Amino acid sequence: MKDHLYNFLLHLGDNALVLGHRLSEICGHGPILEQDMAMTNIALDLVGQSRNIFQYAARMKGGDTTEDTLAYLRDATAFKNVLLVEQKNGDFAKTILRQFLYDAYNYPLYKRLMNSSDKDLAAIAEKSIKEITYHLKWSSEWVIRLGDGTEESHNRMNNAIQDLWSYTGELFKYSDYEISCHESGILPDLNGIAEEWNAEVKNIFAEAGLEIPEKAWSHDGGKRGVHSEHLGFLLAEMQFLQRAYPGQEW
Amino acid sequence: MNTAISKEDVYSILEKVSDPEVPVLSIIDLGVVRDVILSDDLVEVVITPTYTGCPAMDMIEVEIKATLQEHGFERTKITTILSPAWTTDWLSESGKQKLREYGIAPPQGAAKSKRALFSEESGIICPQCSSTNTEMVSQFGSTACKAQYKCLSCEEPFDYFKCH
Repeated sequence: MKDHLYNFLLHLGDNALVLGHRLSEICGHGPILEQDMAMTNIALDLVGQSRNIFQYAARMKGGDTTEDTLAYLRDATAFKNVLLVEQKNGDFAKTILRQFLYDAYNYPLYKRLMNSSDKDLAAIAEKSIKEITYHLKWSSEWVIRLGDGTEESHNRMNNAIQDLWSYTGELFKYSDYEISCHESGILPDLNGIAEEWNAEVKNIFAEAGLEIPEKAWSHDGGKRGVHSEHLGFLLAEMQFLQRAYPGQEW
Repeated sequence: MNTAISKEDVYSILEKVSDPEVPVLSIIDLGVVRDVILSDDLVEVVITPTYTGCPAMDMIEVEIKATLQEHGFERTKITTILSPAWTTDWLSESGKQKLREYGIAPPQGAAKSKRALFSEESGIICPQCSSTNTEMVSQFGSTACKAQYKCLSCEEPFDYFKCH
């Protein structure tokens, strides 16, 4: 088994699963019905994408590993998602900004993964990119609406930028397994993705009347299993049923 | 198993399996059946998901197996492929007609760039009154495959099976 590919798959699957779970927390609590449905639709896409990735990872691992054991029976330190996606929903501005900063990274990443040297991963990317395109359009539009909206929505977007900006540096910082994946043609160059991300964020922020913060210190650790305190609480809820009643089905 | 069974026979049996979310559509109408492979006593059905998170896919697998068993096929296998990715271009003409009669506007023509901000597919025909004076309420609807629209002529809301 290629350990670097397996770890990279967990990283991709965990990003999708954790953000999907965060969005699912909003189900029934969205600001208006249509946007509640939009966020739960996106949650469904992301959880679906994580299933495809975990199914592939489980086939690679073999033995008793399944998509469910990967999602429900690993502890926080085994999760490799970036810190950005585990951050709490906060107000609608923070939920939207987290989504946009992530979608603007995910879109160029998956676009490139369609040409990955790993054919299974390329197929997953080809399937996922159509959905990710909807996500980026939706979150971009809301960043503009809120940033260029009322004084209140503009201020809230600025607060969200303050809260979340320091989690964006990690997206483009190579982990060990990403370096190995890059060397074997599985993963494209993160610098190219960073360039596209920077241009996208710059464009949308300009249209929204929002300022990009000065280059600042950034958190990292998520990719290697060192997480903020929020992930443990998220997993406690997500994994409760399988931990308390192992093997339970509905 | 029946002797001299052909692919076409299996396809016609699969016409009886409907999409659990949009029951007027068969899985053949929907275009999710990509191939049928017959070997010895095994029937393999190759399917592709519409959207990755669509909860109907698990149900569809169960129903394919059950329907084939009802028709005497004991050994069946479902294989899921992701590439080439499903597109609404694979929705059959009869499927589009069935959708319209069911009250869901079928996908119209080729989609514009999905990345153009604040854009929407315009001129969508209202399945109630056939007006094209309609507007999008949200690109995300009651299921992953549908957007919410409203008709400005008859003032009824409706689902649009979006181009994908």
